[in-house]
Amino acid sequence: MAKLHWEDFNIGDVAVYGPRRVTREEIVAFAAEFDPQPAHLDEAAAVATLHGGLAGSGWHSCALMMRMMADGFLLESASMGAPGVEEVRWLEPLRPGTQVRLRMTVLDTRSSKSRPEMGLTRIRYDLIDDADVVITTLTSTMMLGRRDPEGRS
Amino acid sequence: MIFFEDIVVGDSAIVGRHTFTTENIKGFAGRYDPQLFHLDEAAAEASHFGALCASGWQTAIVSMRFVVEHRRALAELARARGERVARAGPAVDMRDLKWLQPVYVGDTIEYRIEVADTRASDSHSGFGLMTIRTTGTNQKGEPVISFLITHLVERRGERG
Repeated sequence: MAKLHWEDFNIGDVAVYGPRRVTREEIVAFAAEFDPQPAHLDEAAAVATLHGGLAGSGWHSCALMMRMMADGFLLESASMGAPGVEEVRWLEPLRPGTQVRLRMTVLDTRSSKSRPEMGLTRIRYDLIDDADVVITTLTSTMMLGRRDPEGRS
Repeated sequence: MIFFEDIVVGDSAIVGRHTFTTENIKGFAGRYDPQLFHLDEAAAEASHFGALCASGWQTAIVSMRFVVEHRRALAELARARGERVARAGPAVDMRDLKWLQPVYVGDTIEYRIEVADTRASDSHSGFGLMTIRTTGTNQKGEPVISFLITHLVERRGERG
């Protein structure tokens, strides 16, 4: 039985999940499989790039955020998936050894007229480091099952 | 990578095809998106998806290797002609990612990239910004994913 429904998310709610340490091995393994660019694979080559040193793939940040979201609350929720992602901004490089946390902020919540069994929740996720610097920010609307389809709208 | 000045809005290419299997769907989901409809056939059948389907992130992320290989092939051609090759800078943002259809076991997705826009960069002298639309289409011709990524591209400048 899912614990978290659409009704449990309110505008302004903030939660922080993690921490999780991102290792060099993980950065290189992800890049070798999905995004084999020198900036993500090899220190010497990465020095010549705009990041000035080895940094994780932007897709790796997204995948980590998805995993931290899942472990943080999604697996205990009545999630029905997401139709997409509004925006991802890669603000700072993901450096090897960084301890990251995921901060979620509920931006908006609304019911669905056409599908009364669910509601829509718009959330911003910030991947932050130990000093609270935002590495990547992601804004997405998720579909969540309602505990009470006849309840508040 | 071609230089910022040489980019033509509307240029497009098919960069690769990826077939989603039970093994690679579960392999990705187990690491990055362990929702049951990506991991367990019975749970997926009971879900609104109706069958095991790929994480939307997997559908997006597997396109990247094709883009990297495409750029590498263009760079090799330019080098063979004795030309200097532009540096691709990091991506700055992604917008408007849409998961249009679920991707199921056995689906083959063809990825196409198209130059959507170019503009100047305020923060990086020597670079411009290029926005690429990536579209993934399944074997039935249905679009399953679409997104826009903007990244930095080196300008030819005076050195070219």
